[in-house]
Amino acid sequence: MDDKGFFMRLLEGVGLAVAHFVEEMGRIMVFFTETLLWLFRPPLNLRNIFKQMEEIGVNSVGVVIIMASFTGMVLALQSYTGFKRFNAESLVGTVVALSMTRELGPVLTGLIVAGRAGASMAAELGTMRVTEQIDALATMATNPIKYLTVPRVIAGFIMLPLLTIISNMLGIFGGYLVGVKVLDANPVVYMRRSFDYLEMNDVFSGLFKASVFGLIISVISCYKGFYAAGGAEGVGKATTGAVVISMMLILISDYFLTAILF
Amino acid sequence: MIQVINLYKAFGRKQVLDGANLKIKKGESMVVIGGSGSGKSVLIKHIIGLLKPDKGTIVVDGKDMAKLKGGEVDNLRKKFGMLFQGAALFDSLSVWENVGFALKQHTKLSDKEIRAAAGEKLKMVGLAGIEDMMPVDLSGGMRKRVGLARAIAMDPEILLYDEPTTGLDPIMADVINNLIIEMREKLKVTSVAITHDMVSAYKIADRIAMLYEGKIIEVGTPGEIKSTKNPIVKQFITGSAVGPIKVG
Repeated sequence: MDDKGFFMRLLEGVGLAVAHFVEEMGRIMVFFTETLLWLFRPPLNLRNIFKQMEEIGVNSVGVVIIMASFTGMVLALQSYTGFKRFNAESLVGTVVALSMTRELGPVLTGLIVAGRAGASMAAELGTMRVTEQIDALATMATNPIKYLTVPRVIAGFIMLPLLTIISNMLGIFGGYLVGVKVLDANPVVYMRRSFDYLEMNDVFSGLFKASVFGLIISVISCYKGFYAAGGAEGVGKATTGAVVISMMLILISDYFLTAILF
Repeated sequence: MIQVINLYKAFGRKQVLDGANLKIKKGESMVVIGGSGSGKSVLIKHIIGLLKPDKGTIVVDGKDMAKLKGGEVDNLRKKFGMLFQGAALFDSLSVWENVGFALKQHTKLSDKEIRAAAGEKLKMVGLAGIEDMMPVDLSGGMRKRVGLARAIAMDPEILLYDEPTTGLDPIMADVINNLIIEMREKLKVTSVAITHDMVSAYKIADRIAMLYEGKIIEVGTPGEIKSTKNPIVKQFITGSAVGPIKVG
């Protein structure tokens, strides 16, 4: 009898969690659709869009540079160790270039921006919600989604691929530094191997993924901030939620995008 | 001017408004009193369409607020100005950008003209010359007054005040009370304030309405309210812990 009670409680708990998840996803989709509708309704607030591009893109350049260079460097070291075992050291450049452009460039940039800009977006909008600034916008006949969310979503969609380009270049450069300076590869051969097997499609599909990640980060972070409730604690929860959900969705969608694109 | 008819609103299982009725005449100053959590804020948010009723209607200027579509709601909202409890100034914008926000969004005025217009409104609330300050540098009383300047920027016909004197010292509270009276006299606006500050209510109200358990239980002039026979109203206005009002 006791066992059955426990089983029912477990089932109920799982059921509630699933219901909550589905409900939240539904609300995110509604929010996204509303954002899309406002996106195509002129006029666009260029000043706000540029401000957000600076916030999401320009201000993330520093962390992206460090992240990408060291990723490229460690990738060269690791693949060298592995490839040496079957005398394929000359392919280090190829592996670094392909991994960066197809996978690590967009994904790591997405994760970094989710942690940096996504968190700040959710916290800013969440604070605006709990201090009634979002209500104040509405009372002044200004749609809060158009004024706050649309510029952030546009900025995310544009800036993520641009950051990814920086990330790709620095990753390849980091790999080159380690390959040539530490592992004594021939610079000309290394460079040629890096680009010989690289196709435009590798780069573009990576950039396309980055744009999708930009959408995910901005929509989720705005959504979480928008519906924050319960003072400072609520803003904290919204911020954590925004970062965690964005990161999860980046990793999950990465698999499916890769399966479709490549 | 504003009519609240049989308004019902619940949040989860909590029935906040339970058939509230209220009629506000053009040009009058109506103050809604009630305890914390009695639904005053919910009521005022329905009047400006920030919340949609579960049941009932809000008629503003002959139009049913709940039935209007997005663009029509915005057109009606341009007749409103609202002062929020914490002023709700946009902290990323300077004082003049806050005050001129609606002008920037809805008119073709240049920044210079908007700045000048914002300066005029700031002068009306006794804060000339602070155009370039940021909200974070202002005191509580100043924030409220900048919020008021922002609320009157589009020359509204209706002004809503959400707890205008809460959190202010008694002198600053009186400054705000005087400003509310001045706005009504100078701008001929209809005003609706919600408060639990009885000093403020008696001073600014033409009529006072008491909200209790989701219903308006009494409406009258300050004089009538002071001499009420209703034990609930009496307990509230005298601020007694003993009486029919259940203290949670």
